[in-house]
Amino acid sequence: MDLTQLTYLWVGASFLLYLGVALWARATSAGEFYVAGGGVHPAANGMATAAEWMSAASFLSVAGLVASQGYGGSVFLMGWTGGFVLLAVMVAPYLRRFGKFTLPDFIGTRYQSPTARVVAVVCLLVASLVYVIGQMTGVGVAFSRFLGVQPETGIYIGMAVVFAYAALGGLRGITYTQIAQYMVLVFAFTVPAVLVSLKLTGHALPQVGLGSSLLGSDRPLLDVLDQVMVDLGFNAYTAPQPGSMLNTFLFTASLMLGTAGLPHVIVRFFTVPTVRDARATAAWALLFIAIPFSTVPAVGAMVRYQLHASVNTGVSVVAGPEMDLFDAQGHLPHDQKTTWMKEWEETGLLKFSDRNSDGLIQYYNDQSSDPEFLARVEVAGWKGNEMQVNPDMLVLANPEIARLPNWVVALVVAGGLAAALSTAAGLLLAISTAVSHDLLKGVLNSRASERSQLRAGRWAMAFALLIAGMLAVNPPGPAAMTVALAFSLAAATLFPPIVMGIFSRRVNSTGAVWGMFTGLILTLFYMFAHKGLFFIPGATFTGLLGGPQGFLGISPEAFGVVGAAANCAVAWGVSNLTAPPPFHIQNSVRGLRRPPGGGLE
Amino acid sequence: MTQSSTRNKSYWRATRKLTLRILLAWFAASFGAGLLLVDLLNWVSLGAYPLGFWFAQQGAILVFVLLVFVYARGMDVIDRDHQSDDR
Repeated sequence: MDLTQLTYLWVGASFLLYLGVALWARATSAGEFYVAGGGVHPAANGMATAAEWMSAASFLSVAGLVASQGYGGSVFLMGWTGGFVLLAVMVAPYLRRFGKFTLPDFIGTRYQSPTARVVAVVCLLVASLVYVIGQMTGVGVAFSRFLGVQPETGIYIGMAVVFAYAALGGLRGITYTQIAQYMVLVFAFTVPAVLVSLKLTGHALPQVGLGSSLLGSDRPLLDVLDQVMVDLGFNAYTAPQPGSMLNTFLFTASLMLGTAGLPHVIVRFFTVPTVRDARATAAWALLFIAIPFSTVPAVGAMVRYQLHASVNTGVSVVAGPEMDLFDAQGHLPHDQKTTWMKEWEETGLLKFSDRNSDGLIQYYNDQSSDPEFLARVEVAGWKGNEMQVNPDMLVLANPEIARLPNWVVALVVAGGLAAALSTAAGLLLAISTAVSHDLLKGVLNSRASERSQLRAGRWAMAFALLIAGMLAVNPPGPAAMTVALAFSLAAATLFPPIVMGIFSRRVNSTGAVWGMFTGLILTLFYMFAHKGLFFIPGATFTGLLGGPQGFLGISPEAFGVVGAAANCAVAWGVSNLTAPPPFHIQNSVRGLRRPPGGGLE
Repeated sequence: MTQSSTRNKSYWRATRKLTLRILLAWFAASFGAGLLLVDLLNWVSLGAYPLGFWFAQQGAILVFVLLVFVYARGMDVIDRDHQSDDR
């Protein structure tokens, strides 16, 4: 069976599985719609939460970014898992005790202010929208390979499919469907990881394989990879880029804070039966997230190794430390590109160009500033990097690069699609809830009917999808980087009022509102300066910041923590200059610190 | 002080202690071992992994999972010791 047929088979089979589970769950009345919980074991709820979490960005893009950045990609690995620790110990149990059902509900009640609620909704919408842009980028890549079209077309098709999937609503929301999705995702991700690890190192467990020697030699994989990359002018795989410590630190922190502030995961903890269940669910969720996340480093390193090896036979472990990557005899000729290279070239995610017209492919870092390396490049007659790889394609291409059988390739595509659709739909649902429940009913018209709420929700979804789709056509970067922007926004705007609301009795509505504004404006300003106004390419204005490396060289994705600090400072300062919150609210906050049964339930 | 207010104070003190310990370990595994000390730790090998790199890419995740379960278990004990199980 050819690849396309197999892909359709896997995708079709997985969707049938979800449908079957959804129908079964409905039939045994074990399902729910907008919110989950109600008697479901924390492990099951945790698995569903993990499925929600494993988006196109995490499934496809993170491994690709780890492959292209090596150690630098650790920000995603630590940031998105570490954030769960924050969520579990500082946020989830307390939100559950406070007793509200959505994030703006919590903000509106804790700060006794419709203004605070509206500002929270705005911040939520902005962060969620950027998140959806990131997801649509991933959807575009998945559909593009699947259907053999440009990512742009893939996005348009994806938009239609995502909307249909989200509007079906009830299906997505059912915990058991998400459990099925989780299993499909993990299976689709783990199978190629295991097979590649076996092929390269002889170890089935990728986490072990990454730390072992290449098959047929006693040279460690990471050692060889480090050397190959350094020889080609890249930074070593396992080492941090010099001078990047501050940015790496802030980037990781931003992702962590954002995790504890983004609504579509938090909302799962609002409706578990007890506070104890909230903690247990968070724990199980992290376990189920960690399982695939812990194979990402292996996938990243191994695909990077194979990428180099595929264009340069000089990348040979047999030759040992004397391998010569400059020897033209090892370079792959342009006209001998493999099938996977040609097919990916058609999507535009892989680009070749013969800069020095020697008919051979040179893949190296032409942005290097190492004078010794540049001298060697000059001598060898290289005139620029000839293979441009969009990191988002690497996970999907991994089985092909490793020459794994077609059914594995198709499986990964199916998994990527499932991840993309599922999270995009989840985000749209969160946006829809924010507009219909929190904005329309909560603030504008408390007597709004169910029907008008539903209608407002659907319009919001369509609108958000449209904007996100249009912006995803010229994305600010790879999927996971855009998602990181969303997390930075959440870190700067939502995390502070949540945490201050829980742990401080003094922070009041004026403070919270001013804080959220500060975080939002500062962070958006910084992001637009780097990425372009409203992410329109070319509309950047880093001049106002003193150039792209101005302000301590902090990248926009890493700025969230700075925004959060500003938010806290302003909120604290303004709160102390104005009246404290009403007494009954201060009591509620104190109640969060009492043993269960003795406080607010 | 009433009995319940002593209980409340003790509960919050215990909760805070556990939380701070968890956060310390959280920081040490990620920002500590995986970031600030990574160049130093990379001199040590875990199998064929440079240790700092291993912490940043694998070890921190492992520690996080342990921490959330330790927290859940620890809070269960604190809840029980302070006499009510959440209903």
